[in-house]
This record gives sequence, C-alpha cells and structure tokens, in this order.
Amino acid sequence: MRCSLGILCLLWCARSLLFAAPAQEQKLMVTGSSTVAPILLELAKMYEKQHAGVRIDVQSGGSSRGVADAKQGLADFGMISRDLKPEDSPLEGFPIARDGIAIIVHKSNPLKAIQGATVKQIFQGKIRSWKELQGADKPIVVINKAEGRSTLELFLAYFGLKNSEIKASAVIGDNEQGIKMVMGNPQAIAYVSIGTAESQAAIGAPIKLLSLDGVPASIAEVTGGRYPLSRTLNLVAPKPVTKSLARNFLDFVRSQEAEPVIKELHFVPIVVPR
Amino acid sequence: MFLSSSLVDRIFGWIVRGAGWLSVSILGLITWFVAWESLPLFQKVGWREVFGAKAWYPLEGAFQYGPMVLGSVLSAFGAVMIAVPIAFGLSLGLHFFWSRALVGVIRQILGLLVGLPSVVYGFWGLVTLVPWINQWQSPGTSLLAAILLLGGMILPTMTLMLDQSYARIDRSAVLAAHALGLDMPRTFACVVLPHTRPALGAAISISLGRALGETMAVIMVAGNIVQVPSTVFDPVRTLTANIALEMAYAMDQHKAALFFGAFLLVVLNSLVMVGGWLTRRAGEGVHA
Amino acid sequence: MLERLPVLQRWVGDTRLLTGVYWGLAWGSLGLLGYWVMQLGLPIFREGWVGISWGFLAEEPLRSGRAGGIGSILLATAWIVGICLMTALPLSLGTAILFRQFQREAPRLIVLIRHCLDVLAGVPSIVFGLFGYAFFCQFMGLGFSILAGGLTLACMILPVMIRVLEESLAAVPLAYEWGAVSLGLSRVGILLNLLLPRALPGLIGAIIIGLGRAFAETAALLFTSGYVDRWPQSVMDSGRALSVHVYDLTMNVPGGERSAYASALALVLTLLIINTIALACLHILQRRTPANAALSLGRSR
Repeated sequence: MRCSLGILCLLWCARSLLFAAPAQEQKLMVTGSSTVAPILLELAKMYEKQHAGVRIDVQSGGSSRGVADAKQGLADFGMISRDLKPEDSPLEGFPIARDGIAIIVHKSNPLKAIQGATVKQIFQGKIRSWKELQGADKPIVVINKAEGRSTLELFLAYFGLKNSEIKASAVIGDNEQGIKMVMGNPQAIAYVSIGTAESQAAIGAPIKLLSLDGVPASIAEVTGGRYPLSRTLNLVAPKPVTKSLARNFLDFVRSQEAEPVIKELHFVPIVVPR
Repeated sequence: MFLSSSLVDRIFGWIVRGAGWLSVSILGLITWFVAWESLPLFQKVGWREVFGAKAWYPLEGAFQYGPMVLGSVLSAFGAVMIAVPIAFGLSLGLHFFWSRALVGVIRQILGLLVGLPSVVYGFWGLVTLVPWINQWQSPGTSLLAAILLLGGMILPTMTLMLDQSYARIDRSAVLAAHALGLDMPRTFACVVLPHTRPALGAAISISLGRALGETMAVIMVAGNIVQVPSTVFDPVRTLTANIALEMAYAMDQHKAALFFGAFLLVVLNSLVMVGGWLTRRAGEGVHA
Repeated sequence: MLERLPVLQRWVGDTRLLTGVYWGLAWGSLGLLGYWVMQLGLPIFREGWVGISWGFLAEEPLRSGRAGGIGSILLATAWIVGICLMTALPLSLGTAILFRQFQREAPRLIVLIRHCLDVLAGVPSIVFGLFGYAFFCQFMGLGFSILAGGLTLACMILPVMIRVLEESLAAVPLAYEWGAVSLGLSRVGILLNLLLPRALPGLIGAIIIGLGRAFAETAALLFTSGYVDRWPQSVMDSGRALSVHVYDLTMNVPGGERSAYASALALVLTLLIINTIALACLHILQRRTPANAALSLGRSR
C-alpha cells in the first residue's frame, strides 16, 4: 500500500517533468535588484497577458547579480537600483524609474527640516546629542546602510563622505528595516528610499521625512526634479539589444502603460516615447 | 555485520553505503565551492592585507574578520546557553510530569515553531525586542537581542530532539526503578540520563550549527556594526549577517571576501565540533 | 520521540526538594515557552485572520502580492517540500542505517562522518542558496526551478534528519537484530519488519522536523527556486515558496504587511494540518504493527 503510493507519486512527478513548457514559447530572463524586482514582476505579468506565448521570468539576487548575469548572457536584462558604473561596461543602461533618498526621524522628534551640513556632522559623529538641535537631551542613534548598497553610495557621494568616516550606531540592509528601526526608537535618524518612507508614513507609521536643504522630501519633488538626493533605477543589457522580444518589452516598461504600476510602488516613472 | 550474502542484501548494502557517502560529499562540495569563491580575495589583495586589517571597509580595501568571528561565536554560544536549560526543563515535564493531552499540544506547538520562517522571528525581534531593549540602553539592536532571539529560534528543535532521545530508554527499566523505590530525581539521574547524554550532545551540535548559520533574523536585531562588543548591549555583526547584508551588491573581490567569511564559518564550525569531541573523550576517559 | 516514559504518580522517596526543583524547572520552562508563543503567534493570528479566505488560498497574487491570493505559491511550496522530503528521507534513512551497521566495525569513520554532518548543519542558508544556484541551477542545468529548490532544501535538512533517525533506530536494541540475523532473516527483512516499525515514531518525528525546516527556509530558495509567482506548470518551472513570499511582502513591497501576516498564518495552518495528519498516520500504523504491540506496555500507548 505504501509502496504503491510511492510509485504513484514518482509517476506523477515524472509526468509533470514531461509536461514542461513547450519549446516554441518565447522567453525572457530578468534578474537583479530586489528593489526593482517587484516593479518588473508586475510589468512582466501585464505584458504576458497582452501577448500570448510569452514568458518573462523575473528573479531577485541583488544588483551585482543583475550585472553579472547580463554580462554573461544568463539574463536578457539585469535590474540595478543605481546608475551604471565604469566597471559595468560593456553594458548599456536603460533608466526606468526615479527614486529619492529621504532622511527620516521618529514622529515625536521636533525636527522638521535639516541642512545638508548638519546631516554630514551627525553622521560623522560630530553632533552627538539631539540637544544640539533643539531636541531632547538624548544621544542620536545613527543608522547607516550596509556597504555596497546604492543608497549608501549615493548618500556618501552627495555629502562627500567616506564610509570609514561614518560613526553609526547600527547598520541595516533593506529600507523597510530602517523604517522599522526608526519607528521603534525616538532617537534614531536614518536615510531610506522616499517612496517606501512616504507610503509607510501615509498608512500611519510614526516616522517623519525631513526636508533637505529646504526641499520637502516627497515623490512629487523628485518628479519635479527639485529634490537633491535622487537616484535612477535601471535595466542593463549588453549593447545592442537584438532580441525583438527584449526590445518590445523594454519599450513597454518605459511606456505610459507602465506608469500606474510604477507609481503604485511609489517610484517616479520615466517615460520614453517609442 | 553483513553476514547475509544474498543479492538483495548486497545491493542494499551498496545503496546504504552510497547514501552515506553522498551525504558526506555534499559537505565536501560546499566547502570546495566556498573555498574556490574566496580565492580571488587572496589573489587580488594578498594574505598580509587580510590578516592585518584593522577594520571592515571592503570597498576601501580593509577586510578585518576578527570582530565578526567573535560576534558569531558569542551570539551562538549565548543562544545555546539560554536554550539548553529551557529545553531540558521542557523535556522533564514532557516525560515526567505532564498529562497526555498537554504533552500532545506542546509537541504540536513545537513542531509549528520549527516551521516559522526566520523573517517572522526577525520581524518580531525588530518590532518588539529591539525597542524593549532600547528602553534600557540604546540602540537596542545588540548582542543581547541576538542571543535572545537565536535562543528562542533554536529552542523548538533542541526540545524536540531531546524529547526524541527519551525513546532510547527501556520503559521497563523505569518501572523497575519505581518498584525498587527510587524517587524521580534518582531515576532520572541513574536510569534516564546516562542514555540521553549522547543525544543531548547531538541536539546541542545541531542547534549550535543552526545558531551559527542563522542569517535573516540576526540581521534585524544584532545591529551589524563590525566591532568587538564591550557589553551585551553593544551591536555586533556575525559572519552570516555580513554575507547576507552585502552579497546583493558585492562585486569581484568584495564578493570573494564575503565567501571567505563563509569559509571561516565552516572552519569555526569544525573547530567547535572537534572541541566538543575532545571534551567528550576526556569525560569518558574519567568515567571509564 | 513521540512516545513517553510512563508517568508515575506519587514518586516515592525522600528528596522531595529536588523533585520540586525539577518540577519548577519544567513549569517555568513551559511558562517561558507559552510567553514566546504568544509573542509570535498573536500578531500573526490577529492581523492575518482578516486576510484569509478561500479566495485568498486559491488565487494568484496581484499587485505584487498586496491583493489576490497565494494559490500559485502554495502549489509551488507543496512541490518544493515534496521533492525535498522524497529526496532527503531515503538518503537520511540510508545514512542512519549505515551508522547503525558500522557502529562497531569502523567507529572512527562513523564519528568523522557524523562530524561532517554537524558542520553541514552550521552552513548558513544563504551559502546553501548560492551553492544550490551554482551546482543545481548552473552546473546541472536545472536553471531557476522548483526541482533545484527542492534538492537544495534536501541538502539542508539532511543533518537534522539523519540525527533524529539515528536516535530513533538506536531505540531498537542490537540484541534483537542479532537474534534476527541468527535466525537467517535478510538485511532488508530486518529493516522492514524489525527496525522500521519500532522506529516509526522517530521516523514521523524526523519528517515533522524536516518539514518544519523546509517550510521555514527562505534565503536558499530565493536563489534556487526563484521569485516568479505565477502558477508553475512543472517542476522545471521557477516558483516562489511561501517563506520567500512572506519575506518579499515584509521587506520589499511597501504596504505588503497585511498580506504577509495572512500568508504567515496560512503557512502555520498548513503545517498544523500536515503535522496532525502525520501524527494520525503514526497512530494508525502503530495500532496495526504487531512488533510495536509486543514491545510497548499497555498503558503507555
């Protein structure tokens, strides 16, 4: 009885193996940043619904995986949450969305706006207590991002710092982690993606996005190009992009049809007319 | 013991031996893979640079592993030290004190806890444990948080394995002890404990391994600052958290550096196992 | 593991203090466990219950998982866990039997293999994921697939399962085996008629622990079975596991928390159902095998 059950299971699995996807389907593989992955996954599903016989697989694994796979030809597109670097050649970058980096603090913090120079001093450890910023007499808990992250690199580049100069109390990985940490600690200060922070604040998370150098931190300001700390999300591929399916999908991702999806995930769409 | 020479039995013998060697070869493959991926670090940066580094700034060429090794060791051992007494107490209750119904419920709950993804544990740690510790000492993400969370994560597995070990004991021996008038502590110490000691070692080994290898939950509560902690309230970074934090964006020698961290972890694990084996040998020598 | 020592009321003897200490330790531990379970379980039940419905369990995720359901993910998880158990169970059973047979002949070798397995237990899940990707997806050409994910997961749960199975087999005294061998019973016969029935509780216990680990694993599956959340057509397709879905909703998708709690609750309920079925099977099988009836005492069933 157990034997026959086992054999039945084996047969069923063999059957599934035989009924794999037919070879004449057109396939695309996209790998890379876990920030960009949710966007591409939804867009891929939309595209698949409009075009029968197409399969677009989106996998995560980080920006470096996206670059490596695109270079080796394991993926048709790589997703990266930053701009191209010189060592990424011979890849070509296609910007698909914009994002900003907001400085966030706890809602109970009296601070509403901050100057760039102050941010630099806080992260360098020169300003240690909130008292120096008209706040409570408590030490500032500085939250930094992990090495290699695009948000960190942008932050360092904008403020002219090196990572070894930053005196952090804690290091985080994902944006959500930063938001949760600030939510739980009234003395914390961190920098995270504006889109994520805005959406969380909108549903009631006790965080506050600080205006930087007079410009409020919001997606609207990033769209208008006024917010100073912003980054682009890119798709990369070896040039030239020859596969017709790849070209069509790329056009779709950068078209007006894709706008609502990108906006829903709180990024700023980049539309490129065909 | 393979006395029988029938064909079926010989085939069976080969299958069993094959299974055993397959299990070992997986470890060999993984170790080779990790070592191979860490090579570029030494080819591009050099031995002296790595072992003489003063801090961890991989993009600036500084690769110091010491504090992270310490972070891994302290958090894992601390977790085991917390989990062992609780698992021990639970196993006593399960086999000596509690009713059938309660035992069934507890075992089901433990089985469910084993299956909870580490992100759920980590999330709880980030949202509840860290703010709670923050009330005593900023920033809340600390070695203490890591120890407590890891301890809670390895507790179900350790308890279930310890629970399992009582199956070795001959039930009639317990009844005989009772008939002879031995009380519970003495029955436990003289009849039960000698049989469960090797299993306790197994449970601790596996749980220690799990604690050393836990990634996602530790990232959320340990603070991830590369430093040697002076108190339990200081943030630490473990080797595993390091890999998970930076792997997504690491290129070339940074990636190799992360793999070398994994290699160090495997070495660390082996050393711990060897240490455990040596102490067990010493203990047996005394009692022999 | 799923049997018990006979609980004897009114232990005789003079060291009531020590018994009391043990009793206090047991109840204290239970209190801590209960508190821990409340801390973890209450948010999941409270926030997740709202989101669970039959539609949720049957539909595909929409809007990055914030709407729709987890149907395709449940299927992918079922296949991944199924492959994992079907691979790991025979392999770990074989290794456990190997340990038992060679315990006397080559004890040093067995100790070495056992240590190798313990070290394997300590390899971080992310390293398993990267190894699985390099070995199963690239070297063996499986690509991002449920099959690769299941096989990688099998590698991960091997050490625990081998240990638990080893312990359960050890419950059968060697003397019984010698008797069987001297009567001319073949190795396979001894396995099927003597060892397995007696070790059945341990076997089910190993399955429960292994299943738990399989459902809980995230990082390893993200790199091997992948991120794609559509309905998988075969085991060669990429599919998202439930734990990966919970992780993505919590950490990557803004506003995904409600769905994350509902998915976590679905995971817990699935595991509860499977564990209950496993224990029920054990109950039925134990009643049927005469070997168990002979060796166990009347009241401790």
